[in-house]
Amino acid sequence: MGLAKRIIPCLDVTGGRVVKGVNFVGLRDAGDPVEIARRYDREGADELTFLDITASSDGRGLILKIIEEVAAQVFIPLTVGGGVRSVDDVRRLLNAGADKVSINTAAVHDPQFVKDACSRFGSQCIVVAIDAKRVVGAADLRWEVYTHGGRRATGLDALEWGRRMQSAGAGEILLTSMDRDGTRQGFDIELTRAFSDTLEVPIVASGGVGEIGHFADGVLSGHADAVLAASVFHYGELSVAEVKAHMASRGIEVRR
Amino acid sequence: MNTIAVVDYGMGNLRSVAKALEHVAPQASVVVTSEASVIAGADRVVFPGQGAMPDCMRELELRGLRAPVLAASKARPFLGICIGLQMLFDFSEEGGVAGLGVFRGQVKRFPTDAMTGTDGARLKVPHMGWNHVRQEFDHPLWAGIASDSRFYFVHSFYPQPEDASIVVGTTCYPFRFTCAVARDNIFAVQFHPEKSQAAGLALLRNFVDWDGCAPARPSATAAIA
Repeated sequence: MGLAKRIIPCLDVTGGRVVKGVNFVGLRDAGDPVEIARRYDREGADELTFLDITASSDGRGLILKIIEEVAAQVFIPLTVGGGVRSVDDVRRLLNAGADKVSINTAAVHDPQFVKDACSRFGSQCIVVAIDAKRVVGAADLRWEVYTHGGRRATGLDALEWGRRMQSAGAGEILLTSMDRDGTRQGFDIELTRAFSDTLEVPIVASGGVGEIGHFADGVLSGHADAVLAASVFHYGELSVAEVKAHMASRGIEVRR
Repeated sequence: MNTIAVVDYGMGNLRSVAKALEHVAPQASVVVTSEASVIAGADRVVFPGQGAMPDCMRELELRGLRAPVLAASKARPFLGICIGLQMLFDFSEEGGVAGLGVFRGQVKRFPTDAMTGTDGARLKVPHMGWNHVRQEFDHPLWAGIASDSRFYFVHSFYPQPEDASIVVGTTCYPFRFTCAVARDNIFAVQFHPEKSQAAGLALLRNFVDWDGCAPARPSATAAIA
């Protein structure tokens, strides 16, 4: 009896529609975000994450409208990320009904932004998203932070960056393996465990889920506090209820 | 008409609370307000809170809302949520700030060490996610909700009441702590009913229907582990 491990479907949104990319390139089409959010809620999703993948410039208002609609019908925590650059962006998303806002590229450009957002709105609603990629040929196991949807290397050591973001006040880390994202080979367990065992704040594992056992692996081997996936849920290959039943069968505490 | 004032003192997202109340009580009038007169005129008052307690106390004072909130807490059905619960106590370790003193006791931080689960796994702070809430006493706000139902939590501090008789709900993380208190017309919870799906909506529905009368309590005090 204790805190349940969280299962979080992720909705990648662009132009008001939900899509899922493969390695962040070549998007396949999908569906209505409000309908999908309600379906996940009925299936027992513990939270929902919306990633605005066209957040770069225009179409920014669309995600606000989607969040407003979802928040009026779905009463579980909602996290929104993608293109969040300013305290004003955070405020707009929270006012639209987001419970947590995830900051990625902008945190690397300006770590003070994370501090400002945490002191203004509280650590409980600020998630720092880290896209990490293994450093090939390094003497020890380490990962580098990438930004701009995984296109730009930063030179930052991912674990060190996670520590800094925790100190800056981040209440949670959304950790995506760029090596695994879209591959369906499972989470990068070593990456996930390195973060989970080092940091005090909860870690959401992301990137690579392709089959039902991967969720439990993320918790049992990766020590993740929450597991996130997009395409396996989105294309109906797995339901949240099936995933929870499987995790429970492997001894993991889930909300049912 | 049943009017519900959600007290707005400029800290965080109140939309979730308002939306959830509108959802369970479409016939009620839900007003997010920082007007003392609106709070004073409402049939029931919801006192939410997010962020850090020192900031919440400061903003509450700046907006002149201490007196209206205290008045409401003495008179009408009153629901505190998260920092809204913590602010009802005497004092918080977060920033070493005084609260409203409605309840005797302190708000403590989860220790940075000794946070280990029964399986030996390290427990994270903030306590974030769905955890069981054990109902320590019957209360109209628990009606229709099974004891040990899961509610959504996100917090690093928890209340430690001096008076065990106000404790109506507890949770383990990893030790048992108080997550719901009640006395007379006040009910306050550390978790977020507005984000706790069916169980949370049931609690809010119960609040909307509540006459503000607390049930008779056994004189013996609860044993809090």
